Amino acid sequence: MDIRELQGYASFFMTILLVGVLYWYIIYLYRSEKKGEKDYEKLGNIALDDEIDSTPINTSDPVSDEKKERNK
Amino acid sequence: MQSNAALEYDYSVAKLFTYTTILFGFLGMLIGTLIAAQLAFPDLNYLLGEYGTFSRLRPLHTNIVIFGFTLSGVFATFYYSAQRVLKVSMAESKFIMFIGKLHFWLYFVGALIGVITLLLGYTQAKEYAQFEWPVDIAIVIVWVLWGVAMFALIGIRREKALYISMWYYIACFLGVAMLYLFNNMSVPTYFTSGGVGSIMHSVSMYSGTNDALVQWWYGHNAVAFGFTVPIVAMIYYFLPKESGQAVYSYKLSLLSFWGLMFVYLWAGSHHLLWSTVPDWMQTMGSVFSIVLILPSWGSAINMLLTMKGEWNQLTENPLIKFMVLASTFYMLSTLEGPIQAIKSVNAIAHFTDWIPGHVHDGVLGWVVFMIMAALFHMAPRMFKREIYSKKLLEAQFWLQTTAVVLYFTSMWIAGITQGMMWRAVDEYGNLMYSFIDTVTVLHPYYAIRALSGVMYLTGFLMFAYNMIKTMSSSRELTEEPQFRSPMA
Ligand code: HEM
Repeated sequence: MDIRELQGYASFFMTILLVGVLYWYIIYLYRSEKKGEKDYEKLGNIALDDEIDSTPINTSDPVSDEKKERNK
Repeated sequence: MQSNAALEYDYSVAKLFTYTTILFGFLGMLIGTLIAAQLAFPDLNYLLGEYGTFSRLRPLHTNIVIFGFTLSGVFATFYYSAQRVLKVSMAESKFIMFIGKLHFWLYFVGALIGVITLLLGYTQAKEYAQFEWPVDIAIVIVWVLWGVAMFALIGIRREKALYISMWYYIACFLGVAMLYLFNNMSVPTYFTSGGVGSIMHSVSMYSGTNDALVQWWYGHNAVAFGFTVPIVAMIYYFLPKESGQAVYSYKLSLLSFWGLMFVYLWAGSHHLLWSTVPDWMQTMGSVFSIVLILPSWGSAINMLLTMKGEWNQLTENPLIKFMVLASTFYMLSTLEGPIQAIKSVNAIAHFTDWIPGHVHDGVLGWVVFMIMAALFHMAPRMFKREIYSKKLLEAQFWLQTTAVVLYFTSMWIAGITQGMMWRAVDEYGNLMYSFIDTVTVLHPYYAIRALSGVMYLTGFLMFAYNMIKTMSSSRELTEEPQFRSPMA
């Protein structure tokens, strides 16, 4: 197998791998939201509420947010 | 700043880059209009001796609009919006302020040197990479400074989650850094010729097909990381902020981001279809170009859906009009590009006017519209004055939209006519037309394009006037508008 052929195969399998990773990422995004681990949509507010003294939307982790609230 | 003064965002660097955006935008489009007119009326080549020829001015046009206008716009919007989405002011760190200002001044001096060297005819003769090595080095330093400012700002942020726009700015920074370094590897001919050559003229370290591949890996991704990624960063911040609507789907924005990052880097070989690069690579370029529709439309549709239920704003607020039209043109050109990357279509489209037609529905409709809208949104906040004239804004919108349509439709017709004429053969297999036959047929379309240039440039002057008036003499605002930008 010469180098050109190798490059071809490498490119092919890398594509498959990356496509796999991308699909896994979609599933990951939705699953972690469903389980309540993350709340991505909340982050959209970062653009709207962007005064220097407004409270940070801060974490994408509602569970730890709750903990913080309780510890206050 | 006094220590007891309330903390505010510091827009001094954003303002400086706003000025250069206007300056370079005007210069770049003036030259664009001139070269468009030269193609229609060749006598215009002889106005300024060697400095006024098409071949001298074309790279000047592309480099000024890319590295002058677009990058200034990217930096201006970055220094404005990054502070806001990170909820940290540049004034909080003397170091960041210093780097930001140094970034601007080195950039400005570098840009002037770049313009002068190109005008004098110093060029590496690689498209969008014409600058000779001393300018390249200046660009690298400027870029590193931007990176330092960016990551320092991220380092002291209050908002822990990075908003999606920041991801796109970071990608722009990293992507361009990698591309620019690799494509501009070159050696002055002085060193390769035993002293006969010149210090100021260098040749690429790659040769032949490899050089072409690296060049178009760079060239295409310059479009990706210069004309797409940072402009998407802008629309993700400015459209939600101006309309008061959070982005429709944050998850879709993340997904489109990674999709774009995966796919874009592999599409560059579509610039080399039917050339001497390996066949599988050409096919790969085509395939990835088609796939590219998905992440591109992912962002664009996300933006349009952000306006869901709020479409009345489209008629009431000209800035929303600019941004919605920008994302629509983004959709058009990201559909058109993949079509041109299909091998059989490319056989007709390549080397024809359809290509500049495609380029300009993207840049005029998407890049420039988005940058202007962003600056208009920033102006009342930076200068604490309302936008000078809504009427002028409306008139500018319609004038420029008409200009874009004239530009790309004339080039579509010209390009396809040209492509068909070049390949037409008679019953014996002889070519039916010589080159000059096509030139004669295309003349009216070139004239239309020149006219569209004049119209677009006039629109840009209206923008510049409106901005300058906003900075200097518009009604003062007592408090910062939250969403919709106030205008008279
Ligand atoms: C008044 C507005 C403009 C006019 C009239 C104009 C005109 C032109 C002309 C005549 C060419 C040469 C086409 C050829 O060689 O056949 C060109 C090339 C180009 N322009 Fe513009 N231009 C304008 C604005 C812009 C802007 C704002 C950008 C980017 C932000 C831009 C980016 C480019 C690029 C990348 C090319 C090279 C295209 C290629 O190699 O296929 N132009 N322009």
